[in-house]
Amino acid sequence: MRPIEPGWPGGSGPDSSFPEMFARALLDPDRETPPVVAGPHGKAAAKRYNVYRNNVTVSLINALAAIFPATQRITGIEFFRAMARFHVRATPPGSPLLFEYGRDFPDFIERYEHAQSLPWMSDVARIERAWLDAYHASDAEPLTPQAFGSIPPEHLGDTVLLPHPATRIVRSRYPAVTIFSANRGSDPVGQIEAADPEDALVTRPKLEVAVRQLPSGGAVFLTHLMSGEPLGAAASAAMADSSTFDLPANIAGVLAAGAFSDFKFGG
Amino acid sequence: MSIRSTISASVLAGAVATALASFASAGPMTKDEEKAAMAAGKEKCYGVSLAGMNDCAAGPGTTCQGTSTVDFQGNAWSLVQGGTCANIKVPGDRTGSTEPLTRDVPS
Repeated sequence: MRPIEPGWPGGSGPDSSFPEMFARALLDPDRETPPVVAGPHGKAAAKRYNVYRNNVTVSLINALAAIFPATQRITGIEFFRAMARFHVRATPPGSPLLFEYGRDFPDFIERYEHAQSLPWMSDVARIERAWLDAYHASDAEPLTPQAFGSIPPEHLGDTVLLPHPATRIVRSRYPAVTIFSANRGSDPVGQIEAADPEDALVTRPKLEVAVRQLPSGGAVFLTHLMSGEPLGAAASAAMADSSTFDLPANIAGVLAAGAFSDFKFGG
Repeated sequence: MSIRSTISASVLAGAVATALASFASAGPMTKDEEKAAMAAGKEKCYGVSLAGMNDCAAGPGTTCQGTSTVDFQGNAWSLVQGGTCANIKVPGDRTGSTEPLTRDVPS
């Protein structure tokens, strides 16, 4: 932002550029209309300024509603918008790109007083935020089973897989994937009887974002692989985590999901 | 060679071979197969649509879609998610059916 030229009312120093002065009270209804905002002949312009207040708040709430549709479906529109308004005021966007907004919203939901009876909702929101990250991630060709099959068997243990830019993992102590899937579409939500913890794998190998539920040990396997550990070590870690970890099924699963884009030998 | 790795190379190779075998016959779907797969997820469900909201089949003398004249008309169907039809309850202890019904048919 450009420092304001001398001559603006109240303008002096780097802290009081016009955009700075204008923006400061936008998300805080208790603050006075900034003195830099005035009508013709220096009249007060509180009503005019409130138009901006309203536009900024409503558009940010709308952005959250667009990013978190399943969350809004669970809470209902009124509850969601009230919760979102608190978040918008506490945590305005740090980037001018609206699709980057809402990364702190799941944590906010987790702490939000009135959402404590829905403890799984923050994880559903985390899957929704991961969905949008995957949607906007760079395009890349996923690693094909053929390419993976070309790795000589003696190198498999030391093979490091390179994550596809869209790949995200969300772990949950609740059946977050089932609840996400049931509420993300427009079909009626039937009875949800799942109660077990569910981990989500979010990928976008081509143009469509896909959300899968990971099998037992799958999240540990993938987390180790994505952090650059070789295949052998990742498989061992997953087996240590889960006695029912099925290595062939998990390898087939990550290839089918397009979770990785390439491999190298390391370790 | 990773020291942490306790899994043997042969076990790993076997697992990868098993994993890749699952792709061997999985060619890409043709457009027709895709359509069939999508259609397979849905089923015709009679007797659950509101008047004028049926997907098709509302008896002689009608042009089909959107022509049912009473709520939950027995000979009008809607496409619903496969397997859910008989579980759809409509008011008055009535349920959906994958076969045409004789109830609620306008005379």
